[in-house]
Formats: sequence, structure tokens, C-alpha cells
Amino acid sequence: MTSPERTWKTVESGPHTYKEALHPVVRKNYGKWKYHEIPRPGVLKHVAESGDALYTVRAGTPRQDTVDMVRRLCEVADRFSDGHLRFTVRNNVEFLTPNESNVEPMIRELEAMGFPVGGAGNCVSSVSHTQGWLHCDIPATDASGVVKSMMDSLYNEFKHMEMPNKVRLSTSCCSINCGGQADIAVVVKHTRPPRINHEHLSTICELPKAVARCPVAAIRPTVVDGKRTLMVDEKKCICCGACFGACPAMEINHPEHSKFAIWVGGKNSNARSKPSTMSIVAHNLPNNPPRWPEVTDAVGRILTAYKEGGRPWERVGEWINRIGWKRFFEETGLTFDEDMIDSYRHARTTFNQSAHVRF
Amino acid sequence: MKGEERMGEAKGGASCGSHQCGNHGGCSEKFLNPTPMLDELESGPWPSFVGGFKELAERTKKPMLRGVMDQLEYSYNTKMGYWKGGLVTVDGYGAGVITRYSMIKDKIPEASEFHTMRIQPAPGLHYSTEMLRELCDIWEEYGSGIITLHGQTGDIMLQGIEQDKVQECFDKLNEKGWDLGGAGAGMRTAVSCAGPARCEQACYDNLELHLQALKHFVGQTHRPEWNYKIKFKFSACPNDCTNAIMRSDLAVIGTWKDAIQVDEPAVKEWIDKNGVDALVNQVINLCPTRAISLEEGGMKIDTRDCVRCMHCLNVMPKALSPGKERGISLLMGGKNTLKVGVNMGSLIIPFMKMETDEDREAFLELVEEIIDWWDDNGLDHERIGESIERVGLKQFLEGVGIDVDINQVARPRDNPYFKAKY
Repeated sequence: MTSPERTWKTVESGPHTYKEALHPVVRKNYGKWKYHEIPRPGVLKHVAESGDALYTVRAGTPRQDTVDMVRRLCEVADRFSDGHLRFTVRNNVEFLTPNESNVEPMIRELEAMGFPVGGAGNCVSSVSHTQGWLHCDIPATDASGVVKSMMDSLYNEFKHMEMPNKVRLSTSCCSINCGGQADIAVVVKHTRPPRINHEHLSTICELPKAVARCPVAAIRPTVVDGKRTLMVDEKKCICCGACFGACPAMEINHPEHSKFAIWVGGKNSNARSKPSTMSIVAHNLPNNPPRWPEVTDAVGRILTAYKEGGRPWERVGEWINRIGWKRFFEETGLTFDEDMIDSYRHARTTFNQSAHVRF
Repeated sequence: MKGEERMGEAKGGASCGSHQCGNHGGCSEKFLNPTPMLDELESGPWPSFVGGFKELAERTKKPMLRGVMDQLEYSYNTKMGYWKGGLVTVDGYGAGVITRYSMIKDKIPEASEFHTMRIQPAPGLHYSTEMLRELCDIWEEYGSGIITLHGQTGDIMLQGIEQDKVQECFDKLNEKGWDLGGAGAGMRTAVSCAGPARCEQACYDNLELHLQALKHFVGQTHRPEWNYKIKFKFSACPNDCTNAIMRSDLAVIGTWKDAIQVDEPAVKEWIDKNGVDALVNQVINLCPTRAISLEEGGMKIDTRDCVRCMHCLNVMPKALSPGKERGISLLMGGKNTLKVGVNMGSLIIPFMKMETDEDREAFLELVEEIIDWWDDNGLDHERIGESIERVGLKQFLEGVGIDVDINQVARPRDNPYFKAKY
């Protein structure tokens, strides 16, 4: 990789410095903010101890952006927020300005450019998601397409604050779930054991590493046609796909058998209840590009029931804790089945160890 | 952003060099080949990544973009992915470029290489347009022009570059203050929330700690040498907007020790506006430890019962603020599903002050010791939370020399199977 004509000497600087990225009003009031309010959807107003006010306009982006799109966002920032902007961890872009009169024109400009303003407060925010077929080496689907399809149908829920509390969504292209725990998550669920390419396995995989990767010890060394390779005990296999990451010759993805599951009740904040992990509420949904209507439908049902029945400040998981899983399934029209009973480590902690029963 | 508007712009001089050319009676004027599946994702109100890619490709005429669109369309048709990994990096580094070679380059040669450069943004994802424009100009010169803001690692993902351009692109970026992010079994790029830059709930300067911590571990970011990946996330309050507890090995959460600060006139203003019913139903009843009671039409918080969950502060941000004695809690071990199942981070250090450079140095020394322990005791491909679970929290605390604290557990053990000291 060394290029002899190279003149630049690398500076291992780590993260880019942040101070020059901050708006002068931000720098002046750094650490001295007093409170905030949400005057309208997608707009935050922060007030500092000094009395200075700062308006944030938040807009959704596709996350898979381009230099053209980023330059357009820069133009908006130059015109309306003195050349400063930031992004949220859910891929929203934010423009920070002390000038209240810039807020409405900026919203009009963003909306005209196709960037919806919203995503703040008790609404559906943009989806935290993964790379998919565009770039990942182990994806079963294209999260960007699923997200685009879902957000088209949830567009108004992004732009209006009509949910009991904030709703965080995620989408992941394999069971590793890089999209993360969320109020509602759409995650690939493989339903068949990996298909093994015996011809190539020993040349592209470290056998002991692949064996060690299996959480249920279902992978064993074997010999096929005189070649050292691996076999999978298909009765034991839980279709997690862990081996595929270590060994590309153990193909877990399948055009038909890699399905979608829907999970609910994940929560990262410490507010009220402790952070919680998600529970599965639907699976075997088809991986159906380019629009994945079955996934959008299931997410929509859950959100409709939550919007209708959730009390102020209840997150999806807290709403379910109050009404119970029985009513959750009734109200969403989803079906609880035997595969939703945990059979993995710590399964017992998900059983009902009480006589609390809902009829 | 509308697909139809863009259609008109791409006329004239479009070359037509790809495999599908001529299928439908000669070359069309468009640079891109037909992508009917992807085109379905141009309709609808949410901004379309497909529309963005097409606009970029028609403007820049980069063959790699045409190849990527063709390969993505092929994936949509066949419902499979076609990228494989490899080893591309820059001088002196062992990580930071995510290598992607096409598995179907015989069919679609124009995207045979489509590597990603992970770039560390400023903590809190704050930008000036000058920074972003520099980044875009360099990226357009050397790469595809596709940017993900941001990857789940917290990086800027510059997607689509060929191996022979990686070093020069990196040098240009590095001259402007950008550096590669983490990958592999080393320190990973960190994530911070907006922090004290724009949040009244911020209990420590997470942006500064983020910057110093990742500079401290910059060698291990670029040259992975540990059992597996390790991630910092810095949330300035327990609302944990970076999802640190769930998705980082080292979750640094802002908190406070003393009483919530109450602005009595603002409390009264809130009650006058929202009513006592709302105070009871939305604040008092939702306090997880029943630390708030109704008193003479107002609220009274018993600080001894408060667990700093943030709920009442979120509902009444003008009236309530974090206390004055601020610092951080450190939770450790968060990671997602593979392969022991989801692990939430658990509390290791209940409180540390985090105001001065000395505080930050003391914190980083502690993290050094923690990582040393993991380096000695962890197994290959084992995240630190998995190591702690396997070896035992007690053994971990002893090994690193961290004091035992009741806050580290939800409750004392419920079984008698241990050997006490004698």
C-alpha cells in the first residue's frame, strides 16, 4: 500500500475537533442551558441562563446520502443557521439558529427540498438502520428500502406529535441487529440452517473459528469428497447466522427462507422504567422487495393500537406492561405462537412466575 | 427530490458503456441502466435514497455508481447480497477501511470494488458547513460521492472507493483534520449526544471526554490488538440518547448526586397551565420509586428515594433541573444479540466527578486497567460483558480493583452456592 511519492505524514488525530463546529451562540452558552420547549413539531427552543434562545429545526434524511444532498443541506445552513448544523443518532439533520424569524422560512425551504420537518417529541422519529444489500457482506435484505417504505407510510407520524411518547424504530438486515433495540424493530430472522459450500470452505474459512462461533455447538468438522470441511447438526441449529460472519462458505441467507420478525418494547432511556430489551411479536413475514408491504402493515397495526391506547409518556413497552401481552395481541391482531416462548439462555426470566393472569 | 424533475436534467452526452446497453433498441440517453425495482422506492413522501443516488450518478457519470445501482437492482431481484470482504487499509493502519469486492463482477464489472472509509466525526455530530464541504469535495474527487450520515458505529461512512485511491483520499482528508474510525478487534469510534452544546440536562462535558478518550486510544483504534471490539458511548444524562447502555461496552452516562433543582415559580406555572390532574397522572404516578408526593397542591421530591431516571425532568424541563453535584455513572457490557443474547450494560462505577482534565485522566486510567483485565482474561471474539458474565462480576471487580457497591446489583444473590472467605 505504500506509495513512494507520498508526501503527507499521517496525523493520528482521532475524532474531528468540535469547537469550531459549534454555532457562536452555542459556544457562548455551552453547558449553561436552562430549559427547552417544543413550540411546534420538529422545532426545539432552548433557552440559556443568559436569556439567549436557540431554535433547532429538525428534518428527516434518507441516511444514505450523497455529496449533492449534503451540499444542499449546507446551503440551508448557510442561509438560515450561520453555517452550522448537526445530525442526531437517528439520522435527522438539525439546524441551530438564534434567529426566530429564520425558523418558518427554513421549514418551508426544507419541505420544498423534500426533507420532512419533524421527529421531535412524542412522534415517530427516523429509523436507526443497517447497510443491507448496498454495502454489507452478510445482509439478508436492504434495510434502506424497508425504511423508506415504512417511513412513507409513517410520514404523518413523523411530522405530528400525536403519539403517547416518542417512538423509536430500527431495522436490521440480520439477527446481529446492528439497528439496535427499539420500541418497534424489524429484524431479519433466518428460518433454515446454513447451506455449506464444501468445495470452498476449507480454503476460505478457519475451521476452528467457525466451530467456536456456534452458540449451540451444532458445527462439527467432517470430510466431504476428501476435503476437510464442516457439517451442521440441523436439529441443534438455531438459525442465528453467527457462523456465516466467520465463514462465508456457510451461507445463511436465502431468498425465500430468510424472513422478517417484528419486535417490540425495547427502550434505551432510563426514564421511568429501566432500559428494556425487545420481545418478538411476529415472524415469518416475507422478505418482499421493493416495498415490503407485510412489514409496513404489521408495524402500522402496532402503532395504531399504541396511539389509541397508550397514556401520556408511556413508551410502547410500558403501554404493553400495563395492558398485558394478551390485550396487546388482541388489539394489534397479531398472533402469539409457541415459537415466541423463549427457549434460549435466561428463558426462565421471561416466564410468568406468578398467578397474575389476564382474562 | 422528486424523481420526475430529475429525469429532465440528465439529458445529453450520457455515455452508454454497460452490459444492459442495447437491450431495448439502442442506447438511451440516460447514463444509468434501467432499475425498475429500485425506481419503486422513488415514490412516496419520505426522501428517497434511490432518487439521491440517481441524481448523483447522472451528474457525475461515475461508472462505479452505475455498477452499484445495477448490483443493488440485482439484489432486489434475487433477494441476496453480493459483497465480500478483504483487506484494504492505509499506511500504518490495520483498520478503518471496510473492504468490499463484488462477488458478481463478471456480470457487473463497474462496481467490482466498493470500499468504505469510516471517518470519525466531531463528538456530538456537530458540523460547520466548511467542514462538510471540504469532506464532500475530497470525497467526490476520489470516491463515489455516496455518504452515510451516520453508520451505527457513529462514523461518517464514505461508501464506494477503489483500493488504488484510498491512500491519497485519506491523506487529503487527514490534512483537513479527519481521521479513520475503528474496525475489527480494537477501540471503535464513539458516539455522543448533543451534550452541553445544546441540552440543559447535560451533567458532564461528554464532547470533551469523547474527544480525549478517543485520542487516548487512537493507536488501538487504528491497529486492533484486543480480543474483540470495544465501544464507548457518551450520553450526558440518563435519558441516554446515544443508547449507550444497550449498545456500548463502556457506557458513560451523566448523572448527579444531590437533589433535583426545583424552580418553584416554574412548577406553579406548569401546574396552572396543565392542572393538578396532569401533575398526579403524568408526573407523580409515573415516578418509578414513588419519590414524589403531592403536597398542598404542589410537588415534593424526596431525594433519598430518587434514582435519577429523568422522567419528571423530561415532563417539566423548565421547572426541574439536575442537581449541582454532577458527574458520570459507568455501565459496562452492553451489546446486541450475537451470540449470548442481548446484554444490557450493568452498573460498575456509580459516580465519578468529570469536570477537570484530572478527572478525565483518572477516568481514562481506570478504563486502561479495565481493558488490561479484559485483554488478560477475555477469550477470542468475546466482548467485555461476556467475559464478565463468564468469569463473574465479583472476580472482575477484584481483578480491576473496583470497590464493591450495592448499586452494582439489582438485588443480592438469590442462591446460596458460593464459598465465602474463611
